[in-house]
Amino acid sequence: MGTFLTRHRGMVPYLLLAPGLLWLAAFYVYPAFQMFISSFWSGTLETGFRFSLENWRTYPAALERYGEQFGRSILYALAATILTFLIAYPLAYTIAFRGGRAKNLLLFLVVAPFFTSFLLRTFAWKIILGDDGVVLGPLKDLGLLDPGFRLLATPIAVVSGITYNFLPFMTLPIYVSLEKIDRRLVEAAQDLYAGPWRPGGTIVGAVVGGGLFGLLGAIFAFDVLLMVGLGATAGAVVGTGFLSESFARVTFPLSLPGVFAGTLLVMIPALGDYVNAALLGNPSTTMIGNVIQTRFLVNADYPTASALSFILMAAILVVVTVYARLLGTENASAVRGI
Amino acid sequence: MAPIDVRLVGVTKRFGDTLAVDHIDLEVESGEFFSLLGPSGCGKTTTLRMIGGFEQPTEGRIELQGEDVTWLPPYRRNVNTVFQNYALFPHLNVYDNIAFGLRRRRVPEREIRARVAEMLRLVELTGFEKRRPSQISGGQAQRVALARALVNRPAVLLLDEPLGALDLKLRKQMQVELKRIQQEVGITFIYVTHDQEEAMTMSDRIAVMNRGRYEQLGDPESLYERPASRFVAGFLGVSNLLPAILDGTVGDYAVARLRDDTPVRIPRGQTAGLSRIEVGVRPEKIRLREPDEPVPDGHNTLTGVVRDASYMGVSTSYIVEIRGGARLTVYEQNVERATRSELWRPGEEVRLSWSPDHTFVVPVEDDRSSDEEVPAA
Repeated sequence: MGTFLTRHRGMVPYLLLAPGLLWLAAFYVYPAFQMFISSFWSGTLETGFRFSLENWRTYPAALERYGEQFGRSILYALAATILTFLIAYPLAYTIAFRGGRAKNLLLFLVVAPFFTSFLLRTFAWKIILGDDGVVLGPLKDLGLLDPGFRLLATPIAVVSGITYNFLPFMTLPIYVSLEKIDRRLVEAAQDLYAGPWRPGGTIVGAVVGGGLFGLLGAIFAFDVLLMVGLGATAGAVVGTGFLSESFARVTFPLSLPGVFAGTLLVMIPALGDYVNAALLGNPSTTMIGNVIQTRFLVNADYPTASALSFILMAAILVVVTVYARLLGTENASAVRGI
Repeated sequence: MAPIDVRLVGVTKRFGDTLAVDHIDLEVESGEFFSLLGPSGCGKTTTLRMIGGFEQPTEGRIELQGEDVTWLPPYRRNVNTVFQNYALFPHLNVYDNIAFGLRRRRVPEREIRARVAEMLRLVELTGFEKRRPSQISGGQAQRVALARALVNRPAVLLLDEPLGALDLKLRKQMQVELKRIQQEVGITFIYVTHDQEEAMTMSDRIAVMNRGRYEQLGDPESLYERPASRFVAGFLGVSNLLPAILDGTVGDYAVARLRDDTPVRIPRGQTAGLSRIEVGVRPEKIRLREPDEPVPDGHNTLTGVVRDASYMGVSTSYIVEIRGGARLTVYEQNVERATRSELWRPGEEVRLSWSPDHTFVVPVEDDRSSDEEVPAA
């Protein structure tokens, strides 16, 4: 073995890659191919399935029939990504820059929920958001809320669930990229007259806050104008108080690779998620993941399920490519200095 | 006298229980190249960071051109810093790095373009505008850092071991370069370093720091020729120090007697107010002769045995043991004795001599701990 490797040094990378490639071939490429074949099937479990290229019509049919769920998936995933970002960035920033000795403990707390099963955690949310649960119960008892008010089985519950479940995937990459930043760069920026960011911070805060809240308002069917106003005000206050010029010019640009990785890590699984919608939603919050799951496991409608899976894959590919073009590759490589 | 650019009054900095800087009073004149020299942990970088605004003093006051800036943040001070390892912004190219400070000050783009171009000429990096920090060498990054600070025309430029990361040859080159640039722009430089040679080459004045205070302040020559303490004598170059007792005067010289009673003459001004002393002489001031060779009149002279000889090309370094067991380092230029066979050999008896004017005196300090920090003489 030793002599073989010394004689064929060029083989080493391939040998190291082999286990991963074999794994992917067996558990990704083959099933994907199988699924592609079955998306061109016709028939039922009882009569048996037959392959025919004629069946490309399954694709437009599936898209037309489940377009609503597709759109909802994109909106929910987008909302969850925005929310995780808004929560995770300040969290990661505080841990990285102000964590001190508690840094490792705080990081552990970010990851701690993973010690409990994904399913159990989502069930827990069902209890928390329940009609007479810990959040709504007291408020209703105090008469602050109408007894009929619900959070469960609404889009808010589904998006909250996704946001909660995927928060660590946003926090950790952002933390890593912030942690890597040489503190002297921030000092250098301050040395070069980067002070409070005015009026830039106020304006950027208002625009970003207004935009994001407006979008959330649209998704949750709230009063969009009210949400824009709320977001703009909150954003302006936060921007004025917290955004310094050194953050805007140095820290944030250098943390973009983490933001990029984090948003992808949240956005992609959120697009295909069905657990949150199944446990926390209602029939009108169904996401495309739920449809695929039902088509596959309940209705045994393999062709439609396969076609939907492929459309979802293609959609994610398009979203990621566009996103990477807009933000990812250029900024990420700019940071690395390529 | 030139106006004072930076004034420190009783500046003290504590980190918890550690006293990093201990009641420093300092005045740096306008246009001066001023160095803070000392071993790591002596408080030189903390002092610099307080002038830059990155740390606030626990006590005392910092003035910049007469204005009290003690509590002003870095971005409100008219000083700029060249950081150790440069701290160039990795996501910005050379041009944007240099323009950073001017943009924060809302200088019109047209003026920025002219001033950046002027700076790039000064540091000889014209044509590097579009490069990223990762695409330039250490020496070039060093010069970009310098340009990024100088382009703002600060009252004072602070440099924190800026050449520390460069290799020896480049460091020597940059020393000359830095001095040239300082003279060209006429800005006050405060330079922090632990490298005595670097400080001596470039500085107008040096403060030699030890344990949060400076032990001596002066121009390079007076620090080298007349070090005021054991620490300074050991930190700047190599010193031979011998314990002695003062014993009367002869003409313009005071006389001190070594342990074995050998008299040593010292310029009189240096011994004022001292009782327990050590006399010192630099290795290159001593001449070695045959034991019976005559010595110029009035020179200090000792006899000893060569214990070690290290040939170094330009010169040879000898260790000579004198009576009483003390060992002295002696440098001899390889001129009269140029080949290896002509050098003094270990075991040979020699006569050492030097001019009394090259003798200096340091007080014996009671504090034992200071002895430990003196590099081997």
